Amino acid sequence: AHLSPCSIFWYEDRPEGQKTQIEEDLNKQLFDNLVSFLRRSHSEFQEKTTEWNCQMKSREIPTAALVLGVNVTDHDLTFRSLSEVLQNRVTPYVALLQAKDCPGIKNLMQKLLGQLMNCYVDQNMYKICRKKSAMSLWSIITLYTCDSIFLFYYFETPSKKRTSSRHWQSPPVVVIFKDMESFTTKVLQDFIVISSQHIHELPLVLVFGIATSPMIIHGLLPHSVSSLLCIELFQSLSCKEHLSTIIDKVLLTTQFPLKLSEKVLQVLINIFLYHDFSVQNFIKGFQLCIVEHFYTQPLSVLCCHQEEVKKRINSLSHNQCENIRRLPSFRRYVENQPSEKQIALLTTDGFLKETVQQLLDDLNVYHENYFPVLRCLHVFTSSLPKYPLGKQIRELHCACLENRVWETEEYESFLQLARMLNKCDLVTMLQKCVEILVSSPGKEFDKTVEKLKEFLTQFQKLEGGCALSYVPLQIKLKLFYNGTNGYHFLWYILTLLELKESRRSKKLTKFEMLRFEVVDYIDSVVRNYLVPADHKTLHEIVYFNTASVLREHLNAAPRVALHTALNNPYCYLKSQALRSDGGSISNKAPDICIVYKLHLECGRLINLVDWLEAFSTVVTAVEGPNADAPSSDQVDDVIHARFIRAVSELELLGFIKPSKQKTDHVARLTWGGC
Amino acid sequence: MLNKYRAVSEQSCVGCQLTFIYVFICNLGVRWARQLRRGAAKALGPAAASRRHGNPGRPRAWLAAEVPPAPFSRRWQEGVGRRGPRVGGDARQSAPRCGPQRWGGSRGGRRVRVRAARERASASPRPPQGRWVARGSQGPGPRGGGGGARAAAAGGGLGAPAMSQAERKGGAALEVKFVPDEAVLRHIADDAGIKVRKDKTPLTVNVKRFVKKLDTLSDDEAQEFLEEKDYVAALGICAQDLMENGSSVGGSEVYSFQTPKRSNKMAELASELAQTPGQSVASDHSECPEKITKTPQSSKHSSSNKVQQKSKKNDFMSTTPYRLRKRLAAPDAYLESESEYSASCSEEEDDEETQKEVITVLSSLKTPAKAKVASTPPSRKKVTKKKDKMSNLVEEYFEAHSTSKVLTSDRTLQKLRKRRLNQQTLHDLLEKSPLAYAAEIEELNQQYESLFSKWMLQLHLGFNIVLYGLGSKHDLLEKFRISMLQDTVHLVVNGYFPSITVRSILNSITEEVLDHIGTFRSPLDQLEFIIKRFKEDSSLELYVLIHNLDSQMLRGERSQQILAQLSSLPSVYLIASIDHINAPLMWDQAKQSLYNWLWYETTTFSPYVEETSYENSLLVQQSGSLALSSLTHVLRSLTLNARGIFRLLAQYQLENKDNPSYPGLSFQDFYQQCREAFLVNSDLTLRAQLTEFRDHKLIRTKRGADGVEYLLIPVDDSTLTDFLEKEDEDV
Repeated sequence: AHLSPCSIFWYEDRPEGQKTQIEEDLNKQLFDNLVSFLRRSHSEFQEKTTEWNCQMKSREIPTAALVLGVNVTDHDLTFRSLSEVLQNRVTPYVALLQAKDCPGIKNLMQKLLGQLMNCYVDQNMYKICRKKSAMSLWSIITLYTCDSIFLFYYFETPSKKRTSSRHWQSPPVVVIFKDMESFTTKVLQDFIVISSQHIHELPLVLVFGIATSPMIIHGLLPHSVSSLLCIELFQSLSCKEHLSTIIDKVLLTTQFPLKLSEKVLQVLINIFLYHDFSVQNFIKGFQLCIVEHFYTQPLSVLCCHQEEVKKRINSLSHNQCENIRRLPSFRRYVENQPSEKQIALLTTDGFLKETVQQLLDDLNVYHENYFPVLRCLHVFTSSLPKYPLGKQIRELHCACLENRVWETEEYESFLQLARMLNKCDLVTMLQKCVEILVSSPGKEFDKTVEKLKEFLTQFQKLEGGCALSYVPLQIKLKLFYNGTNGYHFLWYILTLLELKESRRSKKLTKFEMLRFEVVDYIDSVVRNYLVPADHKTLHEIVYFNTASVLREHLNAAPRVALHTALNNPYCYLKSQALRSDGGSISNKAPDICIVYKLHLECGRLINLVDWLEAFSTVVTAVEGPNADAPSSDQVDDVIHARFIRAVSELELLGFIKPSKQKTDHVARLTWGGC
Repeated sequence: MLNKYRAVSEQSCVGCQLTFIYVFICNLGVRWARQLRRGAAKALGPAAASRRHGNPGRPRAWLAAEVPPAPFSRRWQEGVGRRGPRVGGDARQSAPRCGPQRWGGSRGGRRVRVRAARERASASPRPPQGRWVARGSQGPGPRGGGGGARAAAAGGGLGAPAMSQAERKGGAALEVKFVPDEAVLRHIADDAGIKVRKDKTPLTVNVKRFVKKLDTLSDDEAQEFLEEKDYVAALGICAQDLMENGSSVGGSEVYSFQTPKRSNKMAELASELAQTPGQSVASDHSECPEKITKTPQSSKHSSSNKVQQKSKKNDFMSTTPYRLRKRLAAPDAYLESESEYSASCSEEEDDEETQKEVITVLSSLKTPAKAKVASTPPSRKKVTKKKDKMSNLVEEYFEAHSTSKVLTSDRTLQKLRKRRLNQQTLHDLLEKSPLAYAAEIEELNQQYESLFSKWMLQLHLGFNIVLYGLGSKHDLLEKFRISMLQDTVHLVVNGYFPSITVRSILNSITEEVLDHIGTFRSPLDQLEFIIKRFKEDSSLELYVLIHNLDSQMLRGERSQQILAQLSSLPSVYLIASIDHINAPLMWDQAKQSLYNWLWYETTTFSPYVEETSYENSLLVQQSGSLALSSLTHVLRSLTLNARGIFRLLAQYQLENKDNPSYPGLSFQDFYQQCREAFLVNSDLTLRAQLTEFRDHKLIRTKRGADGVEYLLIPVDDSTLTDFLEKEDEDV
């Protein structure tokens, strides 16, 4: 009955590939931004080369300090694309250095030379082959100077000039230090001092990749050295923003058929926030979701783009139809149908296929509407004080996916706060919403947009009306406490006062009435479109929701697994003999569990003889009294052997190690657990 | 993460400061209780009485943590001591019984505390350590706390046995109590004498500060607690279905700090395990609290089963306190234990040992109950409970590291008259014994085997797979290899092999996979070459299976870096297993992202046959064949005279093999013998020869107590005998 999942996956592999491709494109887009920054900086330096004299005097090396953030694992890609772009657009001479390759200045020079010479191997191979030996000789002779580089540079530039037109007249040599913090101070110092002496002959530009803060340059280098650098600071996009963009572009669109359920998304975001800040790992997790979904869910064939759905539905086999009938959400749907339709759905494949087609279309429409409305709601929530439904759109998304968002307390407070918005804010928010809805692909929004526009004109009409009574005061205050938290606080108090007042007077102004109307309308839109996905029929096809798998494979806990296995073997070995109530071991457990349990009772050192005796006591007791008689004082050989095996296994696992403090003792390496 | 860490360290600091008040209070409390019972209640008056019954009416209360002693208690002691013979009478009774005194149970085990003590007790003429009253929290063992307490009592010249009770009570480590401060103040004013009265002002100030601090702290912590919960909830969303059959275990439960243990506990646990066939140990332990609370009474009534009871209880004592403390979070059942405690105390004076232990436990029982009476706000209770646990850990850590002495029995395997098994007989013996739970293990394995195709898929998609969990994964990987990798280029690395190196792995790739002949200057060059080749030729594919990626030889930083880089190649598919508990520590973020692991739990419970066969286990007799062959090899390359010299030494060593204190052959004697055998003609030639031996590690020299040089062959006797026999044959 079960389709071979592998084939489905391979069938589905293409969309998956596309997805990762688009992710990479996204990354590239971000990296390109970053690189264009850099490029601009280099071009600035380049301009300075025209007035190279002043640089020469000061002997300052132009340096770009690139602050990248702590997500070190993502840097690799950044630098790779950076050097690629530099090579394409700025200069052929780009060297990428890593701290682990350069323990000394000698290695650094070697690496540098090697990389610079590889730059154009493809262009004039012959020359290089001829010169390679000479160059390496040079590098050996002048190991501690930069001579070789600039000699090489001047030797090569003329030919370069002739061959390449896309670069500048005298392209700079860019040296990138990938992880500036891990370089040895001495190496860096030497390199900077040496190269500063040649800076008037060699247009050298340094790029420092920094994970922590730019202050580290001054921490690493003494003043005499850092004064040789003319540092300009560049901040890359923070990893959080990076993540937001990815989520925005990949998860919050209808472009990709696969969606993540709330729990899965939560796990991925938590791994990101609590563990590594690595966007790479987030993407990896997302890829894993895709793999798992297409591998485990046989109906994931239907998780594809709109155009293909029809074709695939028509080609569904009977077994697959049965699979659909088994889906819980589909069953729920069937139960709500009239009885003749129920029978038709459960018996006729053709009718089922039609219905499924219809339902999938519905699901698609739901998504088309969901995301714009979500964004609109986010426009409101993100500007309210204290962010009742989360600051980031992903939080709002999670809240909406989890359950009916309008039933939560946070939503209540959101409505309350929204009813206190001043006119300016309300109008700008409504305008934003109109923009979002107009640009969305959803077809049902015409009415909504009309309605919103109507509200806007009404607001305009109000201008100069009675709404002026307190709005100006608020605007004044806003100007006064511009953007600070104090402002928010005050605003809050003011609106509360206002509310009280209005309650007391019980007389609503026109503005207030309109405001209530607007908020009610938004509320109705939210209730209409932001239904959680689990309430939709056939959501299983499109949503991946086994968060446990993700957690198990990405965020595993090997120690806990080991601990559980040793303390409670019944978790794994489903034998009645091992069953125990308290989650503890019985004396019939495997040898290693018993030995482990016994060793928990010991201090830092364990006497092997005692251990062996205790072990044999337990084991012989289990085997029965008849085994007891011959081995009363001498331990049975087999038991001895079993003990040896268990002890050496514990040693392999790292619980104990041999000790020389006392004869026949081992040292314990872990604590607690008892 | 960082924040959390900071919070923890702050917490422990405050915990230390809290110490001082609490001990003071605690001591007072117990003293009062004690004296009440002794009919001395009138001396203390209503304050004590109200204190003893919880005095629930007081609105302000001290939230104090019990830990070890401090100058306050010392002063208090002195004050009392000076006050007269009423208390002293008791001390004289008890002091001689205490036997030799040990000063200060803690001996400055805690640096923080010592420093704090200095600050506070600067008025004290003597150095603070020496005069320290024993700490309460000596933990479950019988040594330590009690000794210190007695020491303090005797040190004051007077003092009361109640002190030891107090300290015993402290044994339960950090606790929370509400003590009405008026009561304490009044007590200080009334009873504590001049000296204490002087301290009154700073004390109250301190107290207020602490209370304030605690308030802010509790807020922070509540916050932190919430956050933590949040996190756990978020990540542990599916903890239930993840370990559908297991209990999810918290970090502190898994492997925490070392706790002091008594020597004979293992045997006790063993007998316990043996006595309850088929029954779980845990269910046994869950009954402990009742048993313990009953102990005093039962021993009162029936002295016949006292001994048995005691031994039984002993092992509960030794194994349970830690567990108990956790379990006693729900206090209702033990409300009456307090009265029981006082009753038993008054009558069981003679059975000191037993009683003390009982009280250790009882005090831990009692506290939550009291806290309840005082109607604590629940949040605070939670917070303090947590702090409880934390500084409990800190306590235990310092406890475990304060003494370098290890209490284990001195028995050795030799006395057991047990011959050491060699590898072969061990193997044979194990073959004979059937594998337990074979069917279940088989079931587990089948479960994992169904994942093979998934693994293949994921390997091809750029992930690498790492297997973890108890039990050898060798067979599983082998099955994977046989079933999936038949027609592919694959490399199996037995990481557990003691002489495996990264270099040999790389060599086998370059030589056998890439058919490259030639050597490389460094593994890094080699790796670069491999990477280049794989990038050039996209049709190349290589599966690498590594058994025990975390083995001794491969766990180094450089090796892991190289392997990680290798595995990050898109056409190299790595599947590896790890066993060591600390294995994940090998990888930092960078390496992990290179490896791109997918973790799979494969707990197989199968014995590590292959993996441990190379281990130089303590219990396995080394065959010595390696040593023998190297010995003969080296000797063969030497001159005849040199061999003769070595022979002489070997013979002499064998002659003395029964002498356990044989230091070796002294150089002078050796020279004499060599001369007599016409092997050398001057001591210079002998020295030159010996240098050569030493270079080949054939001999070892060591200097005796009298400065004479002794020569030894660092090979065991049987090998040496074999060697001599062989030599004889050759000759």
